[in-house]
Amino acid sequence: MSAAVEILGTAGGGRLLARRVVGFVRVLRDNGFPVGLPEAIDGLRAARAAELGRRDAVRWAFRSLLCASGTDWRRFDQIFDLYWLGHGRKQATRVAGHKARGPQAGLPGGQTPAGPLGPVLHSQRGGGLEAEGGDGRRGGAGSAESLAATDLRHINDPEELVRVSDLSERLAARMRYRLTRRERHRRRGRRLDLRRVIHNSIRFGGTPMKLAYRKRWPKPLRLVVILDASGSMSLYSTFFVRFIRGVLDHFREAEAFVFHTRLIHISAALRERDTEKALERMALMASGWDSGTKIGESLATFNRGYAASVIKSRTAVIIVSDGYDTGPPERLAAEMRQMKRRAKRIVWLNPMIGWRDYEPVAKGMSAALPFVDLFAPAHDLQSLAALEPYLAKL
Amino acid sequence: MTLSREEVLGRLGGVGYVADPQLATAIVLMQQLGRPLLLEGEAGVGKTEVAKALAAVLAAPLIRLQCYEGLDASAAVYEWDYQRQLLAIKIWESEERSAEEKERHIFDEDFLLKRPLLKAISMAEPPVLLVDEIDRADEEFEAYLLEVLSDFQISIPELGTVTATAVPYVVLTSNGTRELSDALRRRCLYHYVEFPGEDKELRIVLARLPGIEQALAAQVVRFVQALRKEDLRKKPGVAETLDWAAALVGLGVTDLRSEPEALHESLMCLLKTQEDQTVVPLEVVERLAGKAV
Repeated sequence: MSAAVEILGTAGGGRLLARRVVGFVRVLRDNGFPVGLPEAIDGLRAARAAELGRRDAVRWAFRSLLCASGTDWRRFDQIFDLYWLGHGRKQATRVAGHKARGPQAGLPGGQTPAGPLGPVLHSQRGGGLEAEGGDGRRGGAGSAESLAATDLRHINDPEELVRVSDLSERLAARMRYRLTRRERHRRRGRRLDLRRVIHNSIRFGGTPMKLAYRKRWPKPLRLVVILDASGSMSLYSTFFVRFIRGVLDHFREAEAFVFHTRLIHISAALRERDTEKALERMALMASGWDSGTKIGESLATFNRGYAASVIKSRTAVIIVSDGYDTGPPERLAAEMRQMKRRAKRIVWLNPMIGWRDYEPVAKGMSAALPFVDLFAPAHDLQSLAALEPYLAKL
Repeated sequence: MTLSREEVLGRLGGVGYVADPQLATAIVLMQQLGRPLLLEGEAGVGKTEVAKALAAVLAAPLIRLQCYEGLDASAAVYEWDYQRQLLAIKIWESEERSAEEKERHIFDEDFLLKRPLLKAISMAEPPVLLVDEIDRADEEFEAYLLEVLSDFQISIPELGTVTATAVPYVVLTSNGTRELSDALRRRCLYHYVEFPGEDKELRIVLARLPGIEQALAAQVVRFVQALRKEDLRKKPGVAETLDWAAALVGLGVTDLRSEPEALHESLMCLLKTQEDQTVVPLEVVERLAGKAV
């Protein structure tokens, strides 16, 4: 910090002011603003230019300079007041300690490390990063094959658990390799790039000797996974979280959400390189669970808040849920209809289809079914693997 | 020439753009620091208008680059005019000139089609460059744009490097359909454009529609402000407010309560999806109109 003050001090404007500006930038950085020394220097320059006597002028200048997103923009005033007007030092430090850039920032509500997802996630710590190792392409081999057909509910041994999780992560990786390979092979027919053909023919005196073809911009398949983490699904959540993590790691464009009574965007938490950290962040986020599963409402949150930004032209939405909704089925149907309009395909994975004699009698499930393109089981790893040929056709 | 905040505010008012001091400060900083300005906010809050107003205030030409998925260098930076080059070669075939000379002529600036980015940095007087909806362009283009915005130079293999003689005022807008890179955000000044408050929107309506009666304008603004609080898929933007106000003036409506039927029908200026139109039936219109008066 003192080095920064030195630099700023020589930039002019007095040491005291420089110290205060550096301190302010540091508080902002602790609060997740993407700012550093260059911003501090510009900030000081702006502060000197903007008639220091007028507090608002300084505020406006700093806000333009130091904010970088809508979230920053809305939080700026509070932090500015706390720092420059000293409305209670104690509070200021609390704001400073509250690391907010990251998925928690956008969440409604608090962050109590409780709820079904918490323990579930902690139970499968360790053995995470190795799974991303070099053998992702080979997929399940050897004794792992026998595991693939076991219903995920019946696996209790902790070591077995780790292996199953690894397998599902590898499966996700394998799916993606196949998908990209098929994409490359699928290109039928090539289009001439006329401008380029003319350009190429200049050197041959106008005779088109060298043909040029238009390169197709590969549109990657995007996946959006929405996972039900309610009590009735908790037996499976571990595996699906693991699976989603694999998907996020290996697809270039994938987003993940978890819902129970409300929807949470978990992509950023799951992308954390350190597995333990990722799980910790997930546990922190899985907060405020009440009883009941509000599928319709959660999908409404998705449609309103996220759909526009995560669903592009080639996007498949995968919903993993047993369809037990405590909300009205009409709501679910309406939200499914709206989602259907945006998404290329909706896949509903229901672990219970794998059970013998299962009929989709849950009211929510039957309300959602008309809008689902593929309704498939997901009770063991084989059923997850069976998805791949379907997704490859999109 | 660096304008002060008050001057910027005054001049923006002069061209019919109602600005707040926050935005004026950002524009002053833009001039002082030579940094681009990134505008974010919901669709319809008037982000593009900022650039237009800025161009009018600075009496600078406005160059607009509309971004879309798949935008590439030939559409954004420059392209050779192949057809003309080809013609020139044909014409010159009979002439006695050396190959080098012909080549030099072919790759002359005459055959260069300047696209917005190159046009912006090769002007003698600094223009306003509007990069609209940057979030729609690919990440690759965003990275390239970042490079251009930090060095203000573009290299053309056949001609050499073009360096900006006057650094353009760059305004970027984003609707947030994609997260922009931190590098680009850090490079830019930031301004979040919100829906204007009642008072500000009224001033906008009065500035843009000088012919409207004060009482009707106030009613219109209060109505739209209340309508935005309803559960709509697409909230009406400022442009919609202006359209609707103009429509009401054209229909000869002087009071929102007088003809609820006509009012309801004219709502097509504000509500642009079928769902939103069903959400706001006649009764709701009457209720909102009653409150707005």
